[in-house]
Amino acid sequence: MAWLDRTARGLFMTELVKGFALTFSYMFKPRVTINYPYERSPLSPRFRGEHALRRYPNGEERCIACKLCEAVCPALAITIEAEPREDGSRRTTRYDIDMTKCIYCGLCQEACPVDAIVEGPNLEFATETREELFYNKEKLLANGDRWEPLLAANIAADAPYR
Amino acid sequence: MANPVESQIKPYTMNFGPQHPAAHGVLRLVLEMDGEIVERADPHIGLLHRGTEKLIEYKTYIQAMPYFDRLDYVSPMSEEHSFVLAAEKLLGITPPKRAQHIRVLFAELTRILNHLLNVTTFAMDVGALTPALWGFEERELLMEFYERVSGARMHANYFRVGGVHQDLPAGMLDDIEAYAAKFEKFVDDVEGLLTANRIFKQRLVDIGIVSGDEALAWGFTGPVLRASGIPWDLRKAQPYDTYAEYDFDVAIGKTGDCYARYLVRVEEMRQSNRIVQQAIAKLRQTPGPIKVDDRKIAPPPRGDMKRSMESLIHHFKLYTEGYHVPAGETYTATESPKGEFGVYLVSDGTNRPYRCKIRPTGIAHLQGVDFMSRGHMLADAVAIIGSIDVVFGEIDR
Repeated sequence: MAWLDRTARGLFMTELVKGFALTFSYMFKPRVTINYPYERSPLSPRFRGEHALRRYPNGEERCIACKLCEAVCPALAITIEAEPREDGSRRTTRYDIDMTKCIYCGLCQEACPVDAIVEGPNLEFATETREELFYNKEKLLANGDRWEPLLAANIAADAPYR
Repeated sequence: MANPVESQIKPYTMNFGPQHPAAHGVLRLVLEMDGEIVERADPHIGLLHRGTEKLIEYKTYIQAMPYFDRLDYVSPMSEEHSFVLAAEKLLGITPPKRAQHIRVLFAELTRILNHLLNVTTFAMDVGALTPALWGFEERELLMEFYERVSGARMHANYFRVGGVHQDLPAGMLDDIEAYAAKFEKFVDDVEGLLTANRIFKQRLVDIGIVSGDEALAWGFTGPVLRASGIPWDLRKAQPYDTYAEYDFDVAIGKTGDCYARYLVRVEEMRQSNRIVQQAIAKLRQTPGPIKVDDRKIAPPPRGDMKRSMESLIHHFKLYTEGYHVPAGETYTATESPKGEFGVYLVSDGTNRPYRCKIRPTGIAHLQGVDFMSRGHMLADAVAIIGSIDVVFGEIDR
């Protein structure tokens, strides 16, 4: 009777009808798309987005120019120059990241011993020209000031795992 | 009088790709056509060549990691898996149990990630649009797991020599478990649209048949080999990490045509889901470290690094010089979603690989396109390319 079964299925197009019914049933499911700029999907504390240079709560910049991030960067996107400041502490005079070369692997923030360079939660930093993506120290510190509450929260949330 | 030889129509040569939407990336296929029949298919590769192997020779082992995410960008963590296993073999270290379970968990999630994309876009190639829309919804959830564990949705850079980068965040296992519980239903839905559908079957059954002998002779691996009835799976044949502890079946096909390859992938998704569920149970019972306790290979915890001078020195050494791998060579392969992905690593005792040859899975399958598509129609060539699951990131390297 297998042939009869097969013929009946073929004749009544059961698999097509079932497929249509399945597709139709999906119409009544809650929608999964989100209204992007106004709604966003959640990001985890580990998200690796736009870079930022952080400061200590007293306003002193964290980076001590150890150049570990420059050394570990596989894309050679980071350039650092450093010399002692007037007060004798070692600080960078130049901290550039070429964001067009960066591959967002997260090795710089992993290597940084003072949590100065971090990859923050910002993923919307598209620009109209390539030159605007050559970040200098000023821009990175400004990013840090802008995102500091979130950056600090993310680092605190991820601290037990680091 | 026309010479009968001259009046014979020459085969029409046609370019398929590299910008063809059905060519799965930058495949350029030069087809010699007799009307609508393919007489010869000549794949031209290299449009996505980036010199990955050469670049790796100039990077330390930790810096080489991100390159593997970018080889087969549909299954990033599986590629990392081969490299870390190769380096660990040369170093003679074994990561802790928990790290191995995490790697198995993510290798299997990656397999689902890969097969979801392949099965659904394959269906799209032969005219079914709905599965692709559903599949991307599921992939989104899997990419969220990627992002939560590593910080990036695709280019994870998560597996490390000697373990993994960070432990799973709290609550993540529960979420993966909830996902895995619902996943079976999703596969049923996709199958409900495709498996019995007469249009889908008319496009796939008896198209691009590969016999078991042919598959072996051409060096096919993975689902393409198994669809031809050869039960070869590296996870069973030479288990790496903790695969030996897992209970799963190897899906094999009978006919070796495009339809069998589709069925094998669908069944593999179900089997991967089984492994994921077992891995979650095992991870709950295996607390502990997630990387080797060797400060010459794995960086110290951040707390240690900030307090102890010795740890700080280790940290600096690891992120500048890296670790020195003893001289030697190894070929280490894993069962990536597409087949056997191997890394032939030669070390000369320095902190950089002397040579890193990558054995991509897709290149063998792509060579088979010629004999598979001979005598088929042009539209069947599209189905064949879809069924062998080519990704040009790894083929062109």
